[in-house]
Amino acid sequence: MVGGFPLTIDHRPPTIDRFKTMIVSKQKNLDEILAAMAGDGKVFLIGCAKCATVCKSGGEEEVWQMQEALISAGKEVTGSVVIDEACHMLRAGRDLRAKKEMVEEADALLVLACGAGVQSVSAGTPKKTVAGLDTLFLGNIRRFGQFEQKCSLCGECILTETGCICPVTVCPKGLLNGPCGGMDNGLCETDRENECAWFQIYERLQAQGTTDKLKRTVPQKDFSKMLKPGKLKIER
Amino acid sequence: MTTCLQQKLASGHFVLTAEVCPPKGSDCTEFLEKSRHLSAFVDAINVTDNQGATMRISPLAAAALLAREGMEPIFQITCRDRNRLALQSDLLGAAALGIGNVLALTGDHISFGDHKASKPVFDLDSVQLLQTIKGLGEGLDLAGRAVSGAPAFFAGAAAAPEAEPFPLTFYKLEKKVAAGAQFFQTQAVFDPERLRLFSEAVRPLNVKVIAGILLLKSAGMARFVTSNIPGLKVPAPLVEELESAADPMAAGVTIAARLAAACKPYCDGLHIMAMGREDLIPQIVEAVRSEK
Ligand code: SF4
Ligand code: SF4
Repeated sequence: MVGGFPLTIDHRPPTIDRFKTMIVSKQKNLDEILAAMAGDGKVFLIGCAKCATVCKSGGEEEVWQMQEALISAGKEVTGSVVIDEACHMLRAGRDLRAKKEMVEEADALLVLACGAGVQSVSAGTPKKTVAGLDTLFLGNIRRFGQFEQKCSLCGECILTETGCICPVTVCPKGLLNGPCGGMDNGLCETDRENECAWFQIYERLQAQGTTDKLKRTVPQKDFSKMLKPGKLKIER
Repeated sequence: MTTCLQQKLASGHFVLTAEVCPPKGSDCTEFLEKSRHLSAFVDAINVTDNQGATMRISPLAAAALLAREGMEPIFQITCRDRNRLALQSDLLGAAALGIGNVLALTGDHISFGDHKASKPVFDLDSVQLLQTIKGLGEGLDLAGRAVSGAPAFFAGAAAAPEAEPFPLTFYKLEKKVAAGAQFFQTQAVFDPERLRLFSEAVRPLNVKVIAGILLLKSAGMARFVTSNIPGLKVPAPLVEELESAADPMAAGVTIAARLAAACKPYCDGLHIMAMGREDLIPQIVEAVRSEK
């Protein structure tokens, strides 16, 4: 396997190493978290074993560090749990029921999981729930601790036409017909540390001998494909 | 409706355009005064659209004020702040207010401006915006529904003759023309040779080229522009020329006038960007005008 998904079907349960894209999140600063729990003496802490663990925002380690921080700030921590996938609504409910007494005792639940995880936790309890993370994007992992957004979930993938570099996401303006006037020697106008998405596409298509693709005018995009809230039910 | 600018270009007249920035506020007195003064020297006035993503009065309103006084505006419209409904309704509004020239642009990114927390729109890109303008002219909106009046705009687009890699930008220029662009107003040109190559490249597209000339007011401004304005690079010798000048502003005017004269053979007109010193435009264009 070379820097991507394994080519053969792998039946092992997912582990952190094999998790190659994820919901990238980072912790809010502690003052903001404490302010949100100003009147709450007892706190139950929840982390997530998937994305928030890899992003080091809400795994075992961060839950433990948060516990220390809350105790030094004068809070009592009634207990904690790291849910296997906080966004899995049934699993989140089940894991909280397993710690029922500690959850009941708390004045507030502090969730160190992405926004989806926070909502599946809060859906299972009437308790005050505090979101401890800011959820950023669906990210690829460049290397440990370095994440990059490559796809913005637009609902109508055009990668096949663009040498598998996404202009909807990698171009800050999401331009579909080529670079803007700000492209500077192949660099992006918004950040000269980044290559222009269209320059990357051009280089890739050149290498593949398919620059003719750049001649096609891409019509107006159908943004109804990404209307919120998204819903999908797999028909069997 | 054929606009004055369109007629002049069609008849081979060498045109001059200039850019005036609408005010940040609703008082247009100074904007109008500047524009009236300029009108005597130029064939059309570009009204910028929240240029540099800095919030200002609507370019539609400002261009309409010019049109009302019989001046010839070029309404710049960008995709940054309007979705396809807003773009189309502003275009229809422009037509109803007697504005016939439009410059269809992508727009500088929000991160350059004074409302950095704003949501960038970019529902369409500049090529799709040109298609939209063409569609309205044929009496159809983007949803394929009929619009009355079928406004026939004289539509233009931006081009960057000195951009690298040029072949990549050229694909988009071809698409712009196919989508209905009838003229290009270019980014500031500092090397007339590059403009010559550009003109040669776009000749088969059969589109009018109005080359951009930027007034450099000082070496400091030249450096600022180079590092802060997307797509602009002032060559070092010009910065040095400004640096060593006793009167940098006068040197800037000399440079601009020199570039204007050197660019003239390779274009159908010049677009002067004076960055607030529109009073100096007559001096810059003196030489090229007298040859008219
Ligand atoms: S085109 Fe859409 S779905 Fe495909 S990578 Fe880009 S954002 Fe994701
Ligand atoms: S320079 Fe390229 S990537 Fe950056 S905004 Fe312009 S087109 Fe998009």
